[in-house]
Amino acid sequence: MNFQLPEIHISLMLPELFLFIWALLIITFDVVTKRKNEHTVGYLALLGLLIDGAILSVTGYGSGFGNMFFNDPMALFFKVIFLGSAFMAIASSFGLMHQKIVNHRGEFYALILFSTVGMMFLSSSDELLSLYIGLELTTIPLFVLAAFFKDDRLSVEAGMKYFVIGAFSSALMLYGISFLYGLSGTTDLVQMKINLAITHLTFKDIGVILSLAVLLILGGIGFKLALPPFHQWTPDVYEGAPTPVAAFLSVGSKAAGLVAFAKIFINGLYAFYGAEMAPNDWGRLVGVGAILAMIIGNVVAIRQTNIKRMLGYSSIAQVGYIMIGMVSMNEFGLTSVGFYMFTYMFANMGAFAVVAFFEDKSGSCQISSYRGLSKTSPFLATSLTMFLLSLAGIPPLAGFVAKYAVFAAAINMATSGVAYHWIFWLVGIGLLTSVFALFYYVNPVKQMFFSKEDSPYKISLSAPAFTVVLIGLIGIVLFGLYPDPILQFASQISASFGFLPH
Amino acid sequence: MTKYAFLIPLLPLLAFVLIVFFFRWKEKLSSLFAIAMIIISWVMSVMVLLETIARHGAPYEAFYQFINLPKFILEIGILVDPLTAVMLMVVTTVGACVEVYSIGYMHGDPRFSRFFAYLSLFLFSMLGLVVANNFFMIFIFWELVGLTSYLLIGFWFEKKSAADACKKAFITTRVGDLGFLVGLFMMGFYLGTFNYGGVFEKVAAGVVPAGILTLMAIFVFGGAVGKSAQFPLHVWLPDAMEGPTPVSALIHAATMVAAGVYLVARSITLYVGSTEASLVVAVIGIVTSVMAATIALVQNDIKRVLAYSTISQLGYMIMALGLYGYDTSLGHHSAGFYAGTFHLMTHAFFKGLLFLGAGSVIHAVHTNDIQDMGGLLSKTKITAYTFMIASLSISGIFPFSGFWSKDEVIASTGGHPIFMFLTLVVAFMTAFYMWRLCFLTFFGKPRDQHRFEHAHESPKVMTVPLMILAFLSIFAGWVGLPWLSNGFSSFVFHGEAYKTEASWLMMTISTIVAGSGIVVAYLMYYKKVISPERMMERFKPIYTLLYNKYYFDELYQVGVLNPVMAFGRLMWKFDAKVIDGLVNFTGWFTIVWADIQQWFDKWIIDGAVNGSGWLVRQGANVLKFIQSGSMQFYALFILTGIVLFGIFKFELVFISYRWPTLSIIFILSVVLLAGVSRMIQGGYETNENAESEE
Repeated sequence: MNFQLPEIHISLMLPELFLFIWALLIITFDVVTKRKNEHTVGYLALLGLLIDGAILSVTGYGSGFGNMFFNDPMALFFKVIFLGSAFMAIASSFGLMHQKIVNHRGEFYALILFSTVGMMFLSSSDELLSLYIGLELTTIPLFVLAAFFKDDRLSVEAGMKYFVIGAFSSALMLYGISFLYGLSGTTDLVQMKINLAITHLTFKDIGVILSLAVLLILGGIGFKLALPPFHQWTPDVYEGAPTPVAAFLSVGSKAAGLVAFAKIFINGLYAFYGAEMAPNDWGRLVGVGAILAMIIGNVVAIRQTNIKRMLGYSSIAQVGYIMIGMVSMNEFGLTSVGFYMFTYMFANMGAFAVVAFFEDKSGSCQISSYRGLSKTSPFLATSLTMFLLSLAGIPPLAGFVAKYAVFAAAINMATSGVAYHWIFWLVGIGLLTSVFALFYYVNPVKQMFFSKEDSPYKISLSAPAFTVVLIGLIGIVLFGLYPDPILQFASQISASFGFLPH
Repeated sequence: MTKYAFLIPLLPLLAFVLIVFFFRWKEKLSSLFAIAMIIISWVMSVMVLLETIARHGAPYEAFYQFINLPKFILEIGILVDPLTAVMLMVVTTVGACVEVYSIGYMHGDPRFSRFFAYLSLFLFSMLGLVVANNFFMIFIFWELVGLTSYLLIGFWFEKKSAADACKKAFITTRVGDLGFLVGLFMMGFYLGTFNYGGVFEKVAAGVVPAGILTLMAIFVFGGAVGKSAQFPLHVWLPDAMEGPTPVSALIHAATMVAAGVYLVARSITLYVGSTEASLVVAVIGIVTSVMAATIALVQNDIKRVLAYSTISQLGYMIMALGLYGYDTSLGHHSAGFYAGTFHLMTHAFFKGLLFLGAGSVIHAVHTNDIQDMGGLLSKTKITAYTFMIASLSISGIFPFSGFWSKDEVIASTGGHPIFMFLTLVVAFMTAFYMWRLCFLTFFGKPRDQHRFEHAHESPKVMTVPLMILAFLSIFAGWVGLPWLSNGFSSFVFHGEAYKTEASWLMMTISTIVAGSGIVVAYLMYYKKVISPERMMERFKPIYTLLYNKYYFDELYQVGVLNPVMAFGRLMWKFDAKVIDGLVNFTGWFTIVWADIQQWFDKWIIDGAVNGSGWLVRQGANVLKFIQSGSMQFYALFILTGIVLFGIFKFELVFISYRWPTLSIIFILSVVLLAGVSRMIQGGYETNENAESEE
């Protein structure tokens, strides 16, 4: 019997392992110091993320564990986003810790780190099983985090909903994965592309089952992305969950969903993309989802009075724009997706951070209670304005370049052949709805700046809070004016998926 | 110095930043710093202009590429050519005058510093727009000037009219901007560059199919239509007069509204390449010009008359540029480009002066209504005389600067009799309404004795800018004297320099036309030989039509706003109801289901009738269905989504499936799921998180 152990290359996994151990240490530290440490645990968590970033920067590309673990530019790029969003989420939760969570700080931070580890594993897996495990590892800590205020009905309800819906869609996805395995006989995504093509040639009638698999997996990942019609949990959960957790959900978890989507649908199922009658042509389905996302997200957000719900709908809309880039299968498509996600991290985490600080102080998330904030806390008001304008895609902020890149990629794709003309619809609706979007993004700005009375709240920022806002501001301004390095880096993602510039 | 031209916009930006963050509590420092910055910019602009003249108009370009991907290049840079140099001059001159004037006009305003901050931000954006070397940058600054215009129109946002006006201006111009953006996308896609030189090179090389070029040019023109308040997007400019008068002078008369003209002039190569697009531009220009001039005849608000006059004059320039494109594309020689840009320059000075003068009058009598003025000549001498100089200039009386530029615009219609006729009609009307304004304001008996007695001349800080602009209103046009061998026409030109010739016939005709306009106004409003009231009576329908501005606002309310609002409400309900009819059908089905249930309960399980009651109640509640807050339903909805997608997909797979069959499957499945979900939900009260608006 000739049995060969696969090569391990454990050094590739160093960032994940480090972060995992660090999270365990944080819990231990919290317990050992009898939970009397105030903010020390939080700073430790931030420190861990910084060290992990440093480790990540020296970890090379390559594959290990018998191709179960795979470091490529995409993994690296998205790991930066995961670490960044975890960093900003943790740094913006200090006020919350101080007021509401007295006894479980260690767990709170450790769970965020565990979830981050899950995302990092996910982005490094090129194989369905490990990918699924990564996805679960990402989501399960988030269930707990969403319900972290044990005494708050809304929070518990949010956690419960998120958990049940999440479990449900996981089951759907797993069911879809089992179909794919049945059809192709492998869980390795690259091999799957080949096997599916062969199966398709041999047995003409795999279409229905393959379609079913695509639909089920789309449902499962659509839940993670909050892509309509799988979006309904989003506003409810964002409203109930602790604000930093909602922020982390809207960026980290979403980015993880994007990675999973790109891996399964592009690596595994790309073979017949775009062919009119192909059984696994998922492009139009995602296109319909994107259209629904842009319309539902942008239009319903207009009516929201709670800023967290509004940002929830806004995140649904943003996913619509991101998916425009995703269905553009050329060298710009994935580049624009990566770039969009990167800038979205700064703007959205920043906006949520400001919302969190405001909530810490005032206890309110109503847009109307932001009235007159520019007079008492000009810096915070200006920052929130910048974040919202970046989300709306106003030049010269980064959100504009991101939208531009996505639309440019889509137009490029749409004009490359008759089979892709439907992408024009996405671009048209995207442009139209981004005009609607201005209405609700400007609404809080109006409240803050154009109100006669002064706000009763004067918000002073702690050092970590200030850091978060500053990182967000620097991100949206710097990468709005000088997006070139990020675009160059993101273009390696396209290249690693085989979309080379021609 | 040209090398450092990028500093010209940055200095006002510096003023903006410093005022906002450091000087805002020190009013005097704020205003003086802002003025100091714009004056330095002005000095630099003068030097840049002189250097450009010394270079014989050779363009200077410097840029840096900030995105450089294959097929996707964005750059940031400056281009200084004669057109830019002249525009820099105009913007900084009027900007400096207006800022000095504002010290007096805004005196005592609680947001004095903020006003100067906004003005500085505007000047930054406007100057940036002018020095940009590519269309992408123009678009960024284009949006920025729109934003500052929004902020400044709504400066007194306590007034509801001002708050409404700024929204109207912002949204209306954005309609045009959308066109511009589409034009930009087409440019990016077909040409792969936004750089002026790159774009023109590729257009000249015929890279773009003719039809596409026409579309692109028309879309780009859409931006100009919005910004320059051309028909049919002109409605925002008169309302924008709600802003402080210095703002009207700077933004809504001299500079920002001229940005549309500048854009057309800048991208004139696109129009030269397309006869059709040029014709569209010319026709829109003349239609706007005639329409606005007729409205201006009967308005009573001094600033609104000037606003319509501005729209009309902008129409003139746009028409001249359009005709240039038209003639040149057909191989004829045309003065249009030179005439349009020349008029752009002279108009900035005299229209800025008119607005500042109007502001001074309003400052004196505290009303905008010319029917409440009269006889102010004795009270406000400097204002009155400078205002009349500007009026003579805009009317086109020899030798004021307006005469020279207007003459060229009329001359540029040479080969087009209809255009020539209409431009002369507009010239007549312009002279008439301007002098109607003068006579009603400054001459005759005071019609409001109380206001008259309290009227006083404005302080020096306001009258000195008036005098500077009056000087320019007389002499600025002389740079384009037809006898000069190196005049404006050989400095600012596109393609081949236009050789101006003095046409005595043309000059005589235009002077007669303008003069007769003044004489008619004189007879009607000074001598009272012709009674305006009787004219009004006689032409009642026309008067009403003009007085109500052709009912454009009402038309847009009914034709655009109401449908959009209705559509908005409809769309908002989308998430709550997915598709109205479908849900109603579900509701109907639920009721029927309730009936069946009732029947079942009543006759089969007698006594267990309670359930039917809630089923009917649920039937009524069915509308707040989707975002119900119920977890079970969300899960079910995910399944529905998959089924929906499945149907959508299988239609793609088995194209032979007939559409009606699919609809039936679709509806049935949704209805089934909906019914089942209500059964599952039962009596649970899980609406904790239900949509707040329901």
